[in-house]
Amino acid sequence: MGATYWWMLFGMALVTYLPRMIPLTFLDGRKLPPFVTGVLGNIPYAVLGALIFPAIFYVQEGNILFGVIGAVSAFGIALLGFGLMPVVLGTIGILAVYSLFL
Amino acid sequence: MHQSEFSKGLRAGLSIGIGYFPVALTFGLLAKTGGLSLLEATAMSIFVFAGAAQYISLSLLAHAVDPFMIVVNTFIVNIRHFLMSASLNEKMHTAPKPVKAAVAFGVTDETFSVIATSKEDKVTSARAFGVIAVAYGSWVGFTAAGHLIGDILPPFLQAAMSIALYALFVALLVPSMKGSRKIVLLAAASAILSCIFYYTELLSTGWSILVSTLIAAIVIELLYVKTGRSPVPPLEKEGI
Repeated sequence: MGATYWWMLFGMALVTYLPRMIPLTFLDGRKLPPFVTGVLGNIPYAVLGALIFPAIFYVQEGNILFGVIGAVSAFGIALLGFGLMPVVLGTIGILAVYSLFL
Repeated sequence: MHQSEFSKGLRAGLSIGIGYFPVALTFGLLAKTGGLSLLEATAMSIFVFAGAAQYISLSLLAHAVDPFMIVVNTFIVNIRHFLMSASLNEKMHTAPKPVKAAVAFGVTDETFSVIATSKEDKVTSARAFGVIAVAYGSWVGFTAAGHLIGDILPPFLQAAMSIALYALFVALLVPSMKGSRKIVLLAAASAILSCIFYYTELLSTGWSILVSTLIAAIVIELLYVKTGRSPVPPLEKEGI
């Protein structure tokens, strides 16, 4: 990778830190327009939708069934009302059993 | 006082620390598989500290995407923290700018959720540092561990753990979907757009996530503002 990798890392660190730092440090007391606030508020959920689909189906190359089982397990456990940990560990557990007996 | 606030934070952050274990371990392992050295992989967790963006950068590196585009993509994926940081500002006691700037480094989806939902009206910086310390320690430590010993794990477990990040996303999304039709629409719209861009090969992964997210977030906000169903107040003259 070499120097290019470290320049990329520096850039990634900077563009990750600035959006975290600017509001907490400098925007004390200032208000954004309501529409902008609304759109920004929507972004976490929209990001999650785009990140999960379709990528979750292709977690294991050439084996879509693996991804589908993972997706169904994760949504199933989450819909039952379990928290972050049981969903993550439960899905890993189900796929481990599936991989073991494949 | 400060010390006890810090330990309260440590305890509150424990669930994140445990939750990051498989995700960071898998990241270290995948980074190694992708050809990154132990130093390169661990440095990314030390300096960037952003799960989704780091995973996506691995996948983009594997597809030989231009490093500049990886930085742009990182910005796009992490821009959501701008709002979380703004919201966190309301939740936290005032503190000197350098202290706030240090807390800001540790704002992730998970640390934000834990700090912003604590029962107290206002949270001290010491408490926030406690939550962040556990999360960050786990993230960096298990990245290195994943790179060093990840391939000692049996292949079936390695394969299973590759789902961890997506299971984490699902676990973050589903409880919010239950309470809000708007959130269901947002996630569904961006997921459908992202699938369309993927299967038509119109956009690369980085741009697909950006465009899907922005279209869904803006169009659904317009829809809610126009139909008056938005929990957000109507547009003011100076807005937009």
